[in-house]
Amino acid sequence: MTVDHAPPSAPPDISPLPDVESLTPARAPGRVPSVPRWLRRAVGPVLLLVLWQSCSATGVLPADVLASPGTIARAAGELVGDGTLPTAMGVSLRRVAAGLLLGGVAGIALALVSGLSRLGEDLVDAPVQMLRTVPWVGLIPLFIIWLGIGEAPKVALIALGVAFHLYLNVYAGIRGVDARLVEAGESLGLGRWGLVRHVVLPGALPGAMTGLRYSLATAWLALVFGESINADAGIGFLMNQAREFFRTDVIVVCLVVYAFLGLLADALVRTLERLLLQWRPTFTGQ
Amino acid sequence: MATDLHRAVTVQGLTRSFDGRPVVDGLDLTLRAGQFTALLGHSGCGKSTLLRILAGLDREISGTVLVPRRRAVAFQAPRLMPWKKVWRNVLLGLPGKPGRAVAEKALDEVGLGHRSGAWPKTLSGGEAQRASLARALVRDPDLLLLDEPFGALDALTRLKAQRLVAELWQRRGCTVLLVTHDVDEALLLADRALVMRDGVIAYDTAVDLDRPRSPGDPALAGLRTRLLAELGVTEGEFAESATA
Repeated sequence: MTVDHAPPSAPPDISPLPDVESLTPARAPGRVPSVPRWLRRAVGPVLLLVLWQSCSATGVLPADVLASPGTIARAAGELVGDGTLPTAMGVSLRRVAAGLLLGGVAGIALALVSGLSRLGEDLVDAPVQMLRTVPWVGLIPLFIIWLGIGEAPKVALIALGVAFHLYLNVYAGIRGVDARLVEAGESLGLGRWGLVRHVVLPGALPGAMTGLRYSLATAWLALVFGESINADAGIGFLMNQAREFFRTDVIVVCLVVYAFLGLLADALVRTLERLLLQWRPTFTGQ
Repeated sequence: MATDLHRAVTVQGLTRSFDGRPVVDGLDLTLRAGQFTALLGHSGCGKSTLLRILAGLDREISGTVLVPRRRAVAFQAPRLMPWKKVWRNVLLGLPGKPGRAVAEKALDEVGLGHRSGAWPKTLSGGEAQRASLARALVRDPDLLLLDEPFGALDALTRLKAQRLVAELWQRRGCTVLLVTHDVDEALLLADRALVMRDGVIAYDTAVDLDRPRSPGDPALAGLRTRLLAELGVTEGEFAESATA
């Protein structure tokens, strides 16, 4: 070890050698002020809007095919201003809420019955899995015959879509709980109800949240289907009315509202997941 | 009654079969109260099955099994509920509504008091295993069953955890059954070493050595060779495979 005797301040030899490559930074940071990512990502949609507006203005895109963005914005302003849109949204939201509640209770209850007991599984799972293969949209004619054309068939359609998604995911969540954790709970002296409460249900929660997300998406879809057949109020009614008068601007406003409500529901589930699933090792959002 | 007080575990003619194949086959075993016993054996010899039976987790048995009512298990994996903070994991399943202080006392005992409010996912392997030990100890067990609790730990953490278990046992004085396949671990910790083979206790020896013990103690060498032979490993073979 001759470290101690090394010359105190000999500069390192940096003369180029054969087979030696000097690794320099790819790009000096901060030299070129780069455009922020969100701005670059916003450019595409804005360009599209500009293109759309200019097509409408020049008459390439007639108003009865698709209204211009400006007209749509004006229509949205009017619909909000005279209270038509808020009222319609209220009606549609109530339908979704009722359907979610009914379908949620039914789906979760059935999943608990078949997830927690063998007997329940044998009795419940087979019929539910069979019914699941029937496309629920195809049930609309039957629902109209059974429930008329009022609120009931719309809520029932939403509830049905919600119930299946929640059932499948909660059931899979319960059955996917780590058996070793259940055994550990048993060794700690937990009884049957204690195991369900402290081990099985929390373990099924991630599955339940996935189910909730799917079922919300389904709920909006069911709402659109339900409201497009026959409605005297709600966003679907607004759209039907607009179709009669070739008001493409109002139709687009309604579509935007549907999209916005879907986005809102998704944000709601995300917040719920952040609160309830913060224990998850895979959780990365913050 | 005095003899009964000294017997923590009594097993007679215990048989447990899986699909007609007996894994535990007419096994007899008595554990004295306060004794630290190591149960050695190849993987698949039925030692973990025996431990699960003693824990009361497996009741598909025939024969007599008498165990203390208050018993606790620490498994190879910590098996903490990931959705409960550490202190709630420690208290899980305790009767009544014990407060957080009870959990923190047990966590302090394993040197984990400062992680009481943490989620299990944030614990290191050694910390999680210690939390699992605290969860077992808070039950104040008369019989502590350890199923290869150090198996998944790295070598350094394992040494610390072994020392911790030795300390806890000396302080608590409970009966301990440690299932392991590590002869050195058994000799380091136990008063008595058992080798399980063909569904019965095939070899039973006392480990009469002063504590604290160190792994390199030459007094252990003879016993180590004997136990390895009972497990079907001769020293020569071992050296050969080590140099290979």
